Amino acid sequence: MLDYLQRLGRQGMDVASGFGRAGILFWQALWGWPDLRAGPGLLLRQLYFVGVYSLIIIAVSGVLIGMVLALQGYTVLVRFGAEAALGQFVSLTLLREMGPVVAALLFVGRAGSAVTAEIGLMKATDQLAAMEMIGVDPLKRVIRPRLWAGIISMPILAQVFNMVAIWGAVAVGVSWLGVDAGSFWSNMQNTVEFREDVLNGAIKAVVFGIVVTWIAVFQGYDAVPTSEGISTATTRTVVYSSLAVLAMDFLLTAVMFGVK
Amino acid sequence: MSENWIEINDLHFSHGPRKILEGVDVAIPRGKVTAIMGPSGCGKTTLLRLISSQLRPSSGTIRVGGAEISRLERGELFRQRRRMGMMFQTGALFTDLSVFENVAFPLRVHTNLPESMIRDLVLMKLHAVGLRGARDLMPAELSGGMARRAALARAIVLDPDLIMYDEPFTGQDPIFVGLLQHLIRRINQTMGCTCIIVSHDIKETLSISDYMYVLADGRVIGHGEPETVINSDNEHVRQFLQGLPDGPVPFHYPAMDYHQDLHLRGSLQQEGGR
Amino acid sequence: MYSRKIEIVVGAFILLGMVALAFLAIQVSGLSVKSAARDTYQVTAKFNNVGGLTPRAKVSIAGVTVGQVTAIRLDPLSVRAEVVMAIDNDVDYLTSDSIAAIKTAGVLGEQYVSIAVGGAPDVLEDGGAITDTQSALVLEDLVGKMLTTMGGEK
Repeated sequence: MLDYLQRLGRQGMDVASGFGRAGILFWQALWGWPDLRAGPGLLLRQLYFVGVYSLIIIAVSGVLIGMVLALQGYTVLVRFGAEAALGQFVSLTLLREMGPVVAALLFVGRAGSAVTAEIGLMKATDQLAAMEMIGVDPLKRVIRPRLWAGIISMPILAQVFNMVAIWGAVAVGVSWLGVDAGSFWSNMQNTVEFREDVLNGAIKAVVFGIVVTWIAVFQGYDAVPTSEGISTATTRTVVYSSLAVLAMDFLLTAVMFGVK
Repeated sequence: MSENWIEINDLHFSHGPRKILEGVDVAIPRGKVTAIMGPSGCGKTTLLRLISSQLRPSSGTIRVGGAEISRLERGELFRQRRRMGMMFQTGALFTDLSVFENVAFPLRVHTNLPESMIRDLVLMKLHAVGLRGARDLMPAELSGGMARRAALARAIVLDPDLIMYDEPFTGQDPIFVGLLQHLIRRINQTMGCTCIIVSHDIKETLSISDYMYVLADGRVIGHGEPETVINSDNEHVRQFLQGLPDGPVPFHYPAMDYHQDLHLRGSLQQEGGR
Repeated sequence: MYSRKIEIVVGAFILLGMVALAFLAIQVSGLSVKSAARDTYQVTAKFNNVGGLTPRAKVSIAGVTVGQVTAIRLDPLSVRAEVVMAIDNDVDYLTSDSIAAIKTAGVLGEQYVSIAVGGAPDVLEDGGAITDTQSALVLEDLVGKMLTTMGGEK
């Protein structure tokens, strides 16, 4: 019984200290822009690896999800003779929920895991220690550009995802199933609010970007520097980030669209 | 400034509940090559990381070049580290930069030299380690020995006062070992810097060291000039230096009595059979 | 040191993000610069029953949107629902005898306020009230009425 309590206590302390370390890392790494002497090059490179490399998977998934949404929405709406509301259904689903969430989950798998593995490997091969020995703070040189790149890329990717998905929905709904293009767009424009829907969706994407990159960077930096440790850290990044995204999504939805 | 570049007093360090160093006193003479030796897991590399303040001691003092290194704040510490070079066991080259850029990295970060001067300095250091022709290769294209040489060039590019070698000879062929011994000696003589070699390769290390420390179980068990230490009558030191399989460091991992262990297992089987 | 290609590609990436946001703003949410900066004045109307009307619902005249519902509250004196609407400033011909009705767009659509302009000479100012109102049609009431009339005919 006491053993059990002790184990519980130790686990609690581990969790708390993990959060503490993650917080300190976040604070130290985020404070200020990347090293000016190194130029914007470091951030650009990371934007390239984190953002541009994720673009293809985001775009392809976006088209497919938009097409599926249009197909599913159509079969339901057509029963009520309300297929003109397809545009509204698809765009609200995407802007408020699907866009930011699915883009974030894809981002976790594509970029988050890569960032964790890369930083973990740099740690395992003493590159971070070597950097410290040269007198360069790896928090600034390695962590900060990746953190910023993730925070900047995520909302861009989410918006691209939304746009492409709506195109996919147009392709299926209007071109294939024959919903009237005029009523599709006007119905959408009448119900979608810029601040309420587009902007709130974008805020979600920014929050997800912060959470996902933060977890990815921390797991890499905090990884046990062995091959096993890195694989554990990568798995953790995917699991923790996905859960965090879904939990944050619920919270944000409750705050943004909840009962007033 | 004193004769000794580094002075360590009563240093304790523990990693979680595990005690790694328990009261270590080490003095490293200036401008000499000092070897820190000991069996695996005795805390040699930890000691090196404490000297460079990548780790903070639990208690005790470490003075490097007159400054108490473990009490420095982050910014001051990074300034101190510019006067130190370290060659890591694996080389630890930055995998996303070419050999040339790896060596140029400290210069780019810490100086505002024009590009032509950086180029000359980097090529000089690369020439010194014999890798001038490999400047455009990426770290992944280098053999282990070449990676270490490139790492050495990077460690000395700022002309540091102190160079630390972490297990420089481990797992390398005799040609590279000879070459590296030659390099370490030459760098020490031409640059007049203090060198620390952490290693358990006895022959290779002792032939180029001026002074040595032997560590075991988190304590210094012998120190002095290599000849004196080799002829020391301390059993522990002799076992390590001569590679005897059993001695104060036991062959067996701590376990209960052998016969009792077997007997117990026998009786368990009997019980199972019943 | 950092190649031109990366800079160009990242630039294009960020531009793509902006294009996407602009697309969502203009094409999807129908945001136009004019509507964002539109000035409005307030008009209230009391209804016996607002049904499923919610804030941000449309206010229209002859099917053309001229404003939106900003608040719905219960007036404790009359125990009726008071609906506050923001009407665009350029709609300055709401007469004092206008009729406000709560209607439903289609069978399953959302509810909105429809205003029919009357012929009185005086016009509603900011804070004015529409007195003549028609409440929302509640489906249950409708069905109930139909049942009683059918019972009466028998």
